[in-house]
Amino acid sequence: MDRRIRVLIAKPGLDGHDRGAKVVARALRDAGMEVIYTGLRQTPEMIVSAAIQEDVDAIGLSILSGAHMHYFREVKRLLEEQGASDILLFGGGIIPDEDVPKLKALGVAAVFGPGTSTQEIVDFLKAKVPERWRAQGLS
Amino acid sequence: MRKKHDWLRETYRKSLEKMPERPVAHRTLSEIAPEPLYTPEDIGVLDPEYEEKRGFPGEYPYTRGVYGSMYRSKLWTMRMFAGFGTAEQTNERFKKLLKAGQTGLSVAFDLPTLMGYDSDHPLSKGEVGKCGVAVSSLADMEILFEGINLEEVTTSMTINSPANAIWAMYLAVAKKKGYDWKKLGGTIQNDILKEFIAQKEFIFPPEPSVKLVIDTFEWGPKNVPKWNFISVSGYHIREAGSTAVQELAWTLADGFEYVEAALKRGLDIDEFAPRISFFFDVHNDFFEEIAKFRAARRIWAKEMRHRYGAKRPESWMLRTHAQTAGVSLTAQQPLNNIARVAIQALAAVLGGTNSLHTDAYDEALALPTEESATIALRTQQIIAYETGVTHTIDPLAGSYYVEWLTDEMERQAMAIIEEIRRMGGVVRAIEEGYFLRELAEASYRYQQEVERKERIIVGVNAFTDEIPLKVPIQLVDPEVERVQAERLARVRRERDPKRAEEALKALRQAAVEGQNTMPYFVDCALAYCTLGEMMDVLREVYGTYQEPAYV
Repeated sequence: MDRRIRVLIAKPGLDGHDRGAKVVARALRDAGMEVIYTGLRQTPEMIVSAAIQEDVDAIGLSILSGAHMHYFREVKRLLEEQGASDILLFGGGIIPDEDVPKLKALGVAAVFGPGTSTQEIVDFLKAKVPERWRAQGLS
Repeated sequence: MRKKHDWLRETYRKSLEKMPERPVAHRTLSEIAPEPLYTPEDIGVLDPEYEEKRGFPGEYPYTRGVYGSMYRSKLWTMRMFAGFGTAEQTNERFKKLLKAGQTGLSVAFDLPTLMGYDSDHPLSKGEVGKCGVAVSSLADMEILFEGINLEEVTTSMTINSPANAIWAMYLAVAKKKGYDWKKLGGTIQNDILKEFIAQKEFIFPPEPSVKLVIDTFEWGPKNVPKWNFISVSGYHIREAGSTAVQELAWTLADGFEYVEAALKRGLDIDEFAPRISFFFDVHNDFFEEIAKFRAARRIWAKEMRHRYGAKRPESWMLRTHAQTAGVSLTAQQPLNNIARVAIQALAAVLGGTNSLHTDAYDEALALPTEESATIALRTQQIIAYETGVTHTIDPLAGSYYVEWLTDEMERQAMAIIEEIRRMGGVVRAIEEGYFLRELAEASYRYQQEVERKERIIVGVNAFTDEIPLKVPIQLVDPEVERVQAERLARVRRERDPKRAEEALKALRQAAVEGQNTMPYFVDCALAYCTLGEMMDVLREVYGTYQEPAYV
């Protein structure tokens, strides 16, 4: 399998706390993935359009401001609208446990809370992304 | 070497005239009565560098504390950061905190406010009232401080890019209520440089941003003389992943950058320097944190006196607020955070902080609940009233380790400060991506050390539990957005449209001509111009800043 996993890491909304997003982006890159980091203050429209343009396998959203329900819902909605709902959506940040099942119900594949090791995220993508490739008949 | 006796007779006594010793037993539980200060003299040793490096509390170079009698007379200000939802909800929380024995207020604003957008702006959607209170106009500010005596309580406001506008709103409230600006005390954070370095809540490019800060340096001392118009902040730098030494160096470098910008405008250093305050993080490495505060005071004093030629002792004194490290708190086994916060708070006190916020144990999960916020405040009170660390000033001075570490941190920080100076200063270093690169390196290195278990975090990579402990968390009512939108609509409907329009026009004119903007911000606030309107005017004049996306 020589195809490399492509991931978009994004910071939606007004929050500028990007330490986690950057540490994750770098760890994924060190694990051999192609990582696109959008930079700060992206709207859901910008994120989804970048994901489609860059043909990524997964989108990771980092949200610490408490606005996670809003942003995940919007990104998921736009992915569906654009016929790209097979792009794996995951995320992390300060997200209360109570909200995790709600996010899963929206179709968010995984939520990584504070204290997650970057290896866990690497393992998750390595397990899930090939499923997407198989579904697309790519691998 | 100068005798301790002389210091007691001169500096200490003078300090007591201003603020007598607190009427509590300055005695240990065995009834031993420690003196206010201990020096090499007390244990019969020689320290030839004592006066130059350590000196006495309340005296240059202030390594041992900025005030002569420190906590013997006045405890640090217990200032808990609070704010969520609407102005009404936060006002209620403020009143509870004051009733619980807190001695100062500290306002957390929501992200739209921090970024200079009104609550009904499209980009505010989903964020209104979430991680702080929403303040879009004087109407919100009036509700926020309803029933609070602004001459009695000092208020700190964590606001940066829109600091001039928010400060103007606070001053407008005071004016309308008949309070005397000369009696108002408090702090606006107003430290834009660290936003470009770490926290990223910038609006305009660095240069006009610094210009707005210097407007407050010029206008503040003349109009609101007791107000700290800046709190140069290392906190966010550390939370974004720097080391303690980087935090120390970059914060002081930011401070010097403002001093130089103010001098360039022709301001008198001894007029503005005494109102510059600082804000540091306190992480888990106990002695490193204590040494950081001591080194910070010494570096600032030396540089202000010798490099910048400040003459008044008040200009040499680094007064600081501190906050325990939010980033050190774990979502796993959250009650352990109470222990972490207590240790960090103790380090801040032993480091001689002048004001302190303690984090609530549930902050890795959500905003604090009322109960968790109270425990955090009680933690400070236990340190203040039960541990006896306030009996004597700077009790760790003379520890071989603490003194060595203080010297070492000073040496390493000065090397970084010199490097930044060689680059042409902080703004140049920002433009070259220096801070972003350094932060990315430091935070990634730390994360790897944690993952390799070279650094143990209890409950996260060691001593973990199978079944997570649940704690109650604070949720913000989504109704806030609607309430805010209605209030804004009412403000725009009921204000005098001509007055608002003219005030905005005058602000624009001042910005275009490079005049001091502060008086115009005050006029705008009084005319109920909204925050978004004021910031939009400046966005047009100054442009906005886009950070390069660097990983």
